Amino acid sequence: MLLFVSVSSKAKIKGLEKIDRLFNTYANSSLGMIDPEGIEALCSDLGVDYTDVRILMLAWKLKAEKQGYFTQDEWQTGLKALGVDSLSKLKKALSDLEKEVEKPSNYEDFYTYAFRYCLTEEKQKSVDIESICELLNLVLGVQFRPQIDSLIEYLKVQNDYKVINSDQWINFLRFCKEISFPDLENYDATQAWPLILDNYVEWMREKHS
Amino acid sequence: MGCENIEFDQGWGEMEKGIEKLKRILAGEKETPFTSREYMTLYTTIYNMCNQKAPHDYSEQLYDKYKKTLDEYITSIVLPSLKDKHDEFMLRELVERWLNHKIMVKWLTRFFHYLDRYFIIQKSVPALNEVGTTCFLNLVYEDVHPTVQDIVLSLIDKEREGDQIDRALLKNALEIFVEMGLGQMNRYQDDFEARFLQETTNYYSRKASKWIEEDSCPDYLLKSEECLKKEVDRVSSYLHSSSETKLIKKVQHELLVVYVNQLLEKEDSGIKVLFRDDKVDDLSRTYRVYNKISQGLDLVANVFKQHVTIEGTAFVQQAEEATSNQASNTPGGHEQVLVKNILELHDNYMTYLNSCFQNHNLFQKALKEAFEVFCNKTVNGSPSAEILASFADHILRKGGSEKLSDEVIEETLEKVVKLLQYVIDKDVFAEFYRKKLARRLLFDRGTNDDHERSILSKLKQQFGAPLTSKMEGMVTDVVLAKEHQSSFQEYLRNNPDVHPGLDFTVTVLTTGFWPSYKWFDLSLPSEMVKCVKVFKGFYETKTKHRKLTWIFSLGTSHINGKFEPKPIELIVSTHQAAVLLLFNASERLSYSEIVAQLNLAHDDLIRLLHSLSCAKYKILNKEPSSKSISQSDSFKFNPNFTDKMRRIKVPLPPVDERKKVIEDVDKDRPYAIDAAIVRIMKSRKVITHQQLISETIEQLSRMFKPNIKAIKKRIEDLITRDYMERDRDNSHMFRYLA
Repeated sequence: MLLFVSVSSKAKIKGLEKIDRLFNTYANSSLGMIDPEGIEALCSDLGVDYTDVRILMLAWKLKAEKQGYFTQDEWQTGLKALGVDSLSKLKKALSDLEKEVEKPSNYEDFYTYAFRYCLTEEKQKSVDIESICELLNLVLGVQFRPQIDSLIEYLKVQNDYKVINSDQWINFLRFCKEISFPDLENYDATQAWPLILDNYVEWMREKHS
Repeated sequence: MGCENIEFDQGWGEMEKGIEKLKRILAGEKETPFTSREYMTLYTTIYNMCNQKAPHDYSEQLYDKYKKTLDEYITSIVLPSLKDKHDEFMLRELVERWLNHKIMVKWLTRFFHYLDRYFIIQKSVPALNEVGTTCFLNLVYEDVHPTVQDIVLSLIDKEREGDQIDRALLKNALEIFVEMGLGQMNRYQDDFEARFLQETTNYYSRKASKWIEEDSCPDYLLKSEECLKKEVDRVSSYLHSSSETKLIKKVQHELLVVYVNQLLEKEDSGIKVLFRDDKVDDLSRTYRVYNKISQGLDLVANVFKQHVTIEGTAFVQQAEEATSNQASNTPGGHEQVLVKNILELHDNYMTYLNSCFQNHNLFQKALKEAFEVFCNKTVNGSPSAEILASFADHILRKGGSEKLSDEVIEETLEKVVKLLQYVIDKDVFAEFYRKKLARRLLFDRGTNDDHERSILSKLKQQFGAPLTSKMEGMVTDVVLAKEHQSSFQEYLRNNPDVHPGLDFTVTVLTTGFWPSYKWFDLSLPSEMVKCVKVFKGFYETKTKHRKLTWIFSLGTSHINGKFEPKPIELIVSTHQAAVLLLFNASERLSYSEIVAQLNLAHDDLIRLLHSLSCAKYKILNKEPSSKSISQSDSFKFNPNFTDKMRRIKVPLPPVDERKKVIEDVDKDRPYAIDAAIVRIMKSRKVITHQQLISETIEQLSRMFKPNIKAIKKRIEDLITRDYMERDRDNSHMFRYLA
């Protein structure tokens, strides 16, 4: 009995060892975590661009708290959840990860996470327009290209808002999912849509009249 | 049993005797009525024939014979009698024949009664009574009813045109229609009522189109009332009661609904004329008549609303034109007149509301909506809220243009408060009122405290404390200031060495209550500097932790001007005094020298210098003596200045505060919206977007009307500040975050 325990725990330790070794490859030793430089290195080893949405998905899977950093805990938990302990396995896991995120049950969670991930300062509640545009493009661009392009155009020309809060963010997704495009026929400004979307729809309707 | 069976023919022979007798009675021939014995015999014959053993039970044959008897009677006697009769005569004959038929059926049913007890139930065939009616229906009614309908309708038409007709006849004739329905109303409805209603509609449509052209509104209404009365009477006289509702509705529609606008808007006699000529009876009639029509009052209330709106708007236009046509000597004189007119309008129509329209809420609503239209117009750049505040200010000033009695003042103030309910931007009114109140309290010595407090309490009652709390504080401040002044005088008496040598009064204002005033870093004349210092010393003996900020622009100074002709006392603002006192030390000062010494901004200084050198009283001489101040001018004391009075007030025209008031109010509104939203969220915890919007608007309605975009913006802000959040699953619900 004792033998079994020690064997399985040895196996566990061995598995964890590989994950930790991988961690140390990219970690900043003085910080004790992977920093932006490390992530860049990881990206190039994985063969994806730094700005690729799959890295964001990885951060989501790791439940990373701080943008640009992975702690050891996050790394361990995340890679265990992915079931990988080597770079090649991680590479393969990335494409599976895409499918996992796209599942309706996960997608909203990922979408909300993407916004939170951008709140880099303590007590920060909103994200600046420029970053939001990039994020929208990254996260929703593929699935809702026409809406996102138009929305980004508007966000850049309007003056009412310099930042976007989480409520507005979540409603962008709802907008893409629920409102018919480009006619916007079923949009009703008397309903609970955020004002920024009311303004966007007004702008669109004026443009096309 | 031993009784012998009655043969059919034999038994029937007996019956025939009775039947023939009956026919003779019906024909009016001399005959004795049926005796009990005769009746019993007939009844028993039937009874026996039905109770015999087969094949001698003759129930079925008797049933058939019953029917045949009736059919045969109708065919041989009744139909011929109707054949060559027309019009009323035909009707009369029919009614008589029908009555007879009913009697016949009654008797025959009695004789053949036994069939009713068992046979009809056994065989599920109609009862004898029903058979009786059905015979008449099939053989007579089906044939003649179109003709009868024609005759009846033409008689009704005659009566409508004024002729007398035999109402009893019509009643009896129409009863036939009803009875032919065998318990249902369908024959009456299909064979008579439908066309009757149609012809009624046509009739009144024709009449209405004629009368609407020819008659005045009151006359038309009288005629309509008459017609309706007559139709109701018609129903009770000879129509079936079920026709009443349908009939009245049609008549009302043709006479009163179709032409309602044309009627009430008649140029020479319509509603507006009735109001103009105070025709209370006609107006009451209008209400009475339309009250009986479903949604009829809506129509009248609508015309009423339009009429009031037009009247009110005309007053507004008048004021607008009058002010732009002539430079008025009394500033705002036309706006005073406007408010007076609108108040009068309100009084008038409230009276009508009570006397003619039973204070019905439809009319209350119409009045309110009408007033809301023209009580929110801007006249010559001045928003209605400001106009109303100016009007109140005018009344409350000491010596408002007419010397009004206390009672009248109270009444008028009460009406002003009532009128305010129609103004949407009540917070704008409050701010203007507050500014003017400040001027009254500080400059208009002798304001009537009672009136001031009275209107504030009325405003508070109607619109809530937030509107008036600051103003109440202002009034209290001034009362307290008087007390303070006495203790200041005492302080001066007890400390004669610190007395500044001038008569000096200070009013201490609580910052939060009063409008915000621009602060000037004015360099005071040395005499005044002393006063300020002394008061500060006194004030610190009373309270330690308060900071005094001196607003000299609100002060007044009395200066003795030693002019050559005669000395004159000048009543000026403290700022003006500061300018004038400079000339005690220098004979001549350039504009820039004055600027340097007083430390005032150009706009303000120009105003001051203008009031002292280019306006009514030229206390200073300006070089060059042009009409306006420029920065290169210089000024000299004017020793030759004089006036017939010994004491004059040198006015300083106030800066136009309108823009600032509106700006300030706009700035405060988002906070008010925030507060309302938070209050609602706190008490509801969870609420839908629609409800939140409508409740917010309602809560704020006593002060102003927020637009939906503004509310949405505040919601967004409150979400960012974590006061509330959107529900995860229901995107149109919001949740309060404690």
